[in-house]
Amino acid sequence: MTRVKLIGLTACAALLALSSCKPKGAQSAVTGDAAQRVYVAPGQYDEVYSFTSGGFSGQVSVYGIPSGRMLKVLPVFSQDPESGYGYSEETKPMLMTSHGFVPWGDQHHLAISQTNGENDGRWLFANENNTPRVARLDLTTFTTSEIIEIPNSAGNHSSPFITENTEYVVAGTRFSVPFDDENGDIPIADYADKFSGAISFIKVNPENGRMNIDFQLKTPPVNYDLSHTGKGPSSGWFFFSTYNTEKAHTLLEVNASQRDKDFILAVNWKKAAELAKAGKGRTVKTKYAHNVYDEGTHTATSELLTDVTVLDVKDLIDEGFAYYIPCPKSPHGTDVDPTGEYFVGSGKLASLLPVFSFSKMMKAIEDKNYEGDFDGIPVLKYDAVLHGEVQKPGLGPLHTEFDNEGNAYTSFFVSSEVVKWNVKSLEVIDRQPTFYSTGHLTVVGGDTAKPYGKYLVAWNKITKDRYLPTGPELAQSAQLFDISGTKMELLLDFPTIGEPHYAQMIPADKIKDNQKRIYDINENNHKYVSKSEDATKVERNGNRVDIYMTLIRSHITPDNIEGIRMGDEVYFHVTNLEQDWDLPHGFAVMGNNNAEILILPGETKTLKWNPTRTGIIPFYCTDFCSALHQEMQGYVRVSPAGSSTPIRFGTGDKAPAN
Amino acid sequence: MNTAKNTSLKTLTRILSAIAGLAMFSTLVLPIWKIELTAPQYPEGLEMYIYASKLGGEVDIINGLNHYIGMHTIHEEDFAEFAVLPYVLGLLAVFGLLTALVNRKWFFYLWCAFFVAFVVALGLDFYFWLYNYGHNLDPTAPIQVPGMTYQPPLIGFKQLLNFGAFSIPASGGWVMAAVGTVMAVLVGYEIKSKK
Repeated sequence: MTRVKLIGLTACAALLALSSCKPKGAQSAVTGDAAQRVYVAPGQYDEVYSFTSGGFSGQVSVYGIPSGRMLKVLPVFSQDPESGYGYSEETKPMLMTSHGFVPWGDQHHLAISQTNGENDGRWLFANENNTPRVARLDLTTFTTSEIIEIPNSAGNHSSPFITENTEYVVAGTRFSVPFDDENGDIPIADYADKFSGAISFIKVNPENGRMNIDFQLKTPPVNYDLSHTGKGPSSGWFFFSTYNTEKAHTLLEVNASQRDKDFILAVNWKKAAELAKAGKGRTVKTKYAHNVYDEGTHTATSELLTDVTVLDVKDLIDEGFAYYIPCPKSPHGTDVDPTGEYFVGSGKLASLLPVFSFSKMMKAIEDKNYEGDFDGIPVLKYDAVLHGEVQKPGLGPLHTEFDNEGNAYTSFFVSSEVVKWNVKSLEVIDRQPTFYSTGHLTVVGGDTAKPYGKYLVAWNKITKDRYLPTGPELAQSAQLFDISGTKMELLLDFPTIGEPHYAQMIPADKIKDNQKRIYDINENNHKYVSKSEDATKVERNGNRVDIYMTLIRSHITPDNIEGIRMGDEVYFHVTNLEQDWDLPHGFAVMGNNNAEILILPGETKTLKWNPTRTGIIPFYCTDFCSALHQEMQGYVRVSPAGSSTPIRFGTGDKAPAN
Repeated sequence: MNTAKNTSLKTLTRILSAIAGLAMFSTLVLPIWKIELTAPQYPEGLEMYIYASKLGGEVDIINGLNHYIGMHTIHEEDFAEFAVLPYVLGLLAVFGLLTALVNRKWFFYLWCAFFVAFVVALGLDFYFWLYNYGHNLDPTAPIQVPGMTYQPPLIGFKQLLNFGAFSIPASGGWVMAAVGTVMAVLVGYEIKSKK
């Protein structure tokens, strides 16, 4: 009897144990001294700046690495009521397009300006994926200096990617569409015959960074995903990943995933630029906005341009500057290694990673080793260009960056991991899980000719249980790895704003000492500047009232204003007279159908106000500036429309008496 | 036998006087005095420099801060001293060079006396200005601490509300101190050598 009981109990115990048996999931031990390696003590600085794309927020965020602390959100393509970007009269022109004022953008990728293939920290270029635009930010002020719209394009995903000396910023359209001078009122099903893909080459002035579209390439209708410049031996070439070579216009999920291989488009941009200069292109009539912020006048102006030079690739096949290289399968990233000899295509539906050799590509071109053509453009033989394939690296490769030791790091969305492999030997060295489903990753300087290495951040698309929950909508999640050793070591998890698609990491020393602290009031050429309190005044021109105002700790001049009427268009031109570090003033008006403005020392900014009622309306400084910040306020007296209340204004002894 | 009193200077005195005279020319361009201010919210510090003919450093920022406690703003134009100082310093420098040329003890002692008188006068003038600056406060000032005055130190450190003020010679002032020390030593040397 006891024996039966014993066997029975053992069986029950075994079943119980079995039932709780689970296959071992992805485990990741955080390395022992991780806390020390990411802790930046009070008063110390992070080692690296990470400029991180904001995705659907439209902005660019700045993080300190290794602490993962957010330093700032930079307004670029979306209105920012906190600073008044896109609300002040000076910055509204930045968001003008050929479609009118667009208050939001989809910011995907970033590129720091380069010299000799290395990040030089002068400018940051950012793309807008919805209404196609490229922005240039000044890295001495961390502000948006210029935005140029891209014609003949729709969406602007494969952008901005720059050449080794920032000669060009290159932008590829995401959606192929009819060009602006073609009839667009056609059935969508005519996609394969009537739509085209535009790749734009924006020239950058080396002195001041000003952009202008030098020329565009008109290519067959595919989607452009990502691209990168060649380096060293491949200098002068640019590589673009394409997908939807099936030329589908509906249900791309299925229809653009049919072909076994899509293409990487290799373009000899130096040759294309020569052809454009030699007049081999044609002028397309279109409309696109070019917006420039002038630091001297603290004001942006917007102009509509009407011409762009287009080179039709299919008319210039014999010039030999464009070739297709087959690449499995709906490639996302096209990444060039620091030596410039190897380029990797990450096919997001592929189960292997092809690594191509530039020297083999050049030989294939020379030998005319084609496997056919695609809309007339030669398609090189896959095996003729291939260096080798990384076998079974993971599922759903998206993007690759490199360290300074010949290793590559690829993000895998579907298998949710980062894989480290050797570029030459194609051997997988290490894999680490990400939490969860990493999209892009960034190595410090990882897409340049001389990567800094040391840190890798994986920008993930799914957050779920990584942090304290915050309702149904969760912040995105980023993981910081130390890649200085053979194995990648997980150091930190941190949430991000918006949706980072890409980032550029640069050692802090390259930028931090170039920062502006104030704007020199003596160099302020704003049309409505007041360089001293004596220069302030209120002027009426019909229904328009211009108030020239100054802010300095802790009073506003003038702080009593009378004679405003209902129906007036009132402009507060506010100058911050401070010339000391970290002394912004803010300005807001009660009931204003507008945001506030934040004015930095030496700047002038204008807030528009249409009075909504008669009576006394207060205004005040909104940014805590001094011990007597609460005393920094004023009143406007609004009289009925058509009244004859005289304009009177002043502060203290000069305030209007009753 | 030496019947005449020795009225000329030792060679060392002549050489060093000439060098000191030349050095004094540098005080025309170098800052003579500085006041360094530190506060919890000013990790970068603030400095005001006093030159022979002008002010330097972050005078505007200091003026901006001081108005809360009723201290008057400092402006270069308000100082008559700046019109006069360069000439006096230039004269002292020339005097030094002349001492070497003229080669008479009385001339040398006169120069030393002039120098001492000048330093004392300058110090007194500065002290009285500092006294006025710290005591002559605007009665409508927003921040009023009963009984509190803000006279910066003539030399050395003093805490004034949240600011620490450190008053100290700048490079030009150190040159003058060095010149003064050399002169004092030479005086002793000349007196001793009479015996």
